[in-house]
Amino acid sequence: MLKSIASRIGQTLIVIVGVAMLIFFLLRIVPGNAVATMMSEHADAATIARISAELGLDKPWYVQFWIYITGALHGDFGTSYALHRPVKELLLLSFPNTVKLAVLAALVAWIIGVLAGIVAAQKKNGFLDRIFMGFSLLGVSMPVFMVAMILQYTIAYKLHWLPISGGDSLKCFILPAIALGWNSAGSIARLTRSTLLEVLQEDYIDTARAKGRSQMGVIVLHALRNAMLPVLTMMALQLSSLLSGAVITETVFGINGIGRLAVDAISGRDIPLLQGTVLFTTVLVVLGNLVADCLYTVLDPRIRKEA
Amino acid sequence: MEQEYTLQIENLRSSFLTDNGEVKAVNEVSINVPKGSIVGIVGESGCGKSMTARSVMRLLKYPGKIMGGSILLEGKDLTQLSEKEMQSVRGGEISMIFQEPMTSLNPVVKVGKQVSEAAMLHQNISAAEAKELVLEIFRRVGISEAEKRYESFPHQLSGGLRQRVMIAMAMICRPKLLIADEPTTALDVTVEAQILKLMKQLRDETGMSIIIISHNLGVIAELCDYVYVMYAGRVVEEADVFTLFESPRHPYTKGLLNSVSALELEQERLETIPGSVPNLRRLPAGCAFCARCAYAMEYCPEQLPQLQEVAHGHRVRCHLVEGGAANGEE
Amino acid sequence: MHEEQLNPTLHSEEIIGEAETFKNQLLRLKRENKLAVFSAFVIFLFILAAVFAPLLTPYGYADEDIMNRLQPPSSEHWLGTDDAGRDVFTRLLYGARISLAVGIIPTMISILFGAMVGIIAGFVGGKVDAVIMRIADVMLAFPSMLLAMVIMYTLGDGIINIFLALALVNWASVARVVRSETLALKKSEYVEAARCIGVKQRVIMMRHILPNCLPSMIVLFTLNIPSSILAESSLSFLGVGIQLPQAAWGLMVNTGRQFFYSHPWLSLAPSIAIMIIVMAFNFLGDGLRDVMDPHLKK
Repeated sequence: MLKSIASRIGQTLIVIVGVAMLIFFLLRIVPGNAVATMMSEHADAATIARISAELGLDKPWYVQFWIYITGALHGDFGTSYALHRPVKELLLLSFPNTVKLAVLAALVAWIIGVLAGIVAAQKKNGFLDRIFMGFSLLGVSMPVFMVAMILQYTIAYKLHWLPISGGDSLKCFILPAIALGWNSAGSIARLTRSTLLEVLQEDYIDTARAKGRSQMGVIVLHALRNAMLPVLTMMALQLSSLLSGAVITETVFGINGIGRLAVDAISGRDIPLLQGTVLFTTVLVVLGNLVADCLYTVLDPRIRKEA
Repeated sequence: MEQEYTLQIENLRSSFLTDNGEVKAVNEVSINVPKGSIVGIVGESGCGKSMTARSVMRLLKYPGKIMGGSILLEGKDLTQLSEKEMQSVRGGEISMIFQEPMTSLNPVVKVGKQVSEAAMLHQNISAAEAKELVLEIFRRVGISEAEKRYESFPHQLSGGLRQRVMIAMAMICRPKLLIADEPTTALDVTVEAQILKLMKQLRDETGMSIIIISHNLGVIAELCDYVYVMYAGRVVEEADVFTLFESPRHPYTKGLLNSVSALELEQERLETIPGSVPNLRRLPAGCAFCARCAYAMEYCPEQLPQLQEVAHGHRVRCHLVEGGAANGEE
Repeated sequence: MHEEQLNPTLHSEEIIGEAETFKNQLLRLKRENKLAVFSAFVIFLFILAAVFAPLLTPYGYADEDIMNRLQPPSSEHWLGTDDAGRDVFTRLLYGARISLAVGIIPTMISILFGAMVGIIAGFVGGKVDAVIMRIADVMLAFPSMLLAMVIMYTLGDGIINIFLALALVNWASVARVVRSETLALKKSEYVEAARCIGVKQRVIMMRHILPNCLPSMIVLFTLNIPSSILAESSLSFLGVGIQLPQAAWGLMVNTGRQFFYSHPWLSLAPSIAIMIIVMAFNFLGDGLRDVMDPHLKK
């Protein structure tokens, strides 16, 4: 078990290095001078040279890469060109908001998705099944900004139940979390339903019934734990898509999170900020996947013993 | 003396209700299980033997459904019980073990827990007491190192051990009836012998009744007191085990026996029953076996033979033993 | 298990299903899944709208009419006009061109490239496999939106760049699926047999492996189309995709957003268009998967 986790950690490190390299090179193969693109078209040559030197962009790429990698290892992502503040500081400022949003959204997705999936599997092809599966398809088919804007219009603007945007209180995060979780809830519901239906065909479900377990007991104590294994894997993948969606949700609801930072970095042509944000977020996702994998290993004794 | 029965199945009918109509998988089946006896149900795949067993447990898989008849457990009609009442029967009064010990245990739960779960469902005991019970029953069914095995996961055990766990799980509430659906089909021959011996020993010690379902006549001969032969959803012959093996009357039973004994007699050619199991959707109005029967008569496909008592406790469903076609209608 | 033994007729349809030709599978889809057929019809309507957009509307998608800006829906402007007086219905029709192109072209590229890479990785194995799959791991590690944003930043705006960005983001997951199928096929007897009689590797890959991966490639294709459409709309919504005065649905939602509370239809109409086409592709993809892939059956 330890061995498999160790090799998994090794793989993760390779991926993180790869991610760092890819971001670095993607942002430096910009046609023409990177600094010139960062600045307005009519910056003079002297300014460009000065800024290049400031950002270390005049050095050869391998020196730049070394500075970037060693810096990142120390948590130093450079200084934002547009905001004149260390990227690290900006990240630490935005991070809690994104975490709050993502965790709430994940909760929404989990609770709604798993419950709807169970009920749908229970009433296979029945009325509730059709309703829930219809909704889940609606969930995966609606663009995040559409859900966000509709919620904003109805709940906040027309009904005044919750604030439209901005703010730091938990109340301000409810609508964004629903908008962001909506999508994942749909896919989790569909997956929960299909794996549960599959698991319910297994022989050990018969055994549990033959023991005298009630239908609910069979589902909760025997089926769900097995059915949750693929759902858990999917949840790890959902972390990535939650963060993708957070870019939009944060923009629509005016939340100062990491996604918004990335959008600002792009519109401000701010390479250090964009580089830092994307690297930070991606490493977060990679580590999240690692944790999910380890959890999987703990939950499934068959894998646990293989190592 | 009045015979006491643990289980009496009377005119049971179970069907698959498919989109393309009803498929009668169990058709007017009556089976009696005397107290303390081991009753075998034998037949080819698809003859309805498993479906009969699952009907008793009321665990038919969708779209299977009990259509009629009664199933009396010591006089109590199981078909009339509510689902809730049935839950206390399952695992408490009747237990069942399945064919595939590999897949019949939940892969992510320790086997000890799975067995103690059965105990706690039907007896008002604490987890610690349940564990004691499990360890005791583990020893009784021949699981060595019971403490260690309690903590094992299914994939860590061999097939034979898993089937012992299944038996332990079935036995822990001291059921009146144990239903074993092909309990040794998936096992090695040597392990099979051990498991059969164990089941017999448990019957002798506890006085419970056992229904054993098998396509293997060797298993039936080894274990059973009474045998029911099923074909295409119906019982075609029933007798005590000696009578059935000594003087089978139905051509199908004879065919089954021949295909086995040929090996023992070292004959050159293994005799088989020609043809294959008929499609349950397209059964003839008469005897379902007629298409494969060497003695089939003109009216066999038209007229359904009735179960006919040819000797005490020996009944056969065949026109050959009815003493002429005139007797066909009862 | 028991039912299978008990009643082979119950399963006869699936047994036939495995040897079914693609044409028969489509016929079965047509017969059994009304929703998928309806979805195909809806997609067809969108294609018609995209192709014949100039015939369906008297306006051009970039025609500004500043005197008639922010008009509510009327008989002249069915869905009103936006903040520069452009006809929203017209832009919706032209937007279908972009959404369909963005749905189909990058998905096609990523499927072909991903399948090629996946087959090579799975079939050749060893170091080649290790390198390719680590690269795929790296691509898959990114939240797709952020990766697409970075690529768009590097390449600059424009529809060709969106094609490239989405293809770059999506090939890795295709490669993973095709690779695992290749690994399974590699062990199959007919590939073993082909090897034994000395058939060249390239020929085995083209003749034996690729055709067997086709069903899952087709299913992946239809299921990846809606996610590409959603991705483009999100990019355009954020301002890093298609730019004005081009007509893309995500962009229209974004430009309408500042007037959302007073003129909700500006954003709502393109949103609904996105939802409908994505849904149609999802239904069709689900239906195709059900008839083509017996393992993934619901």
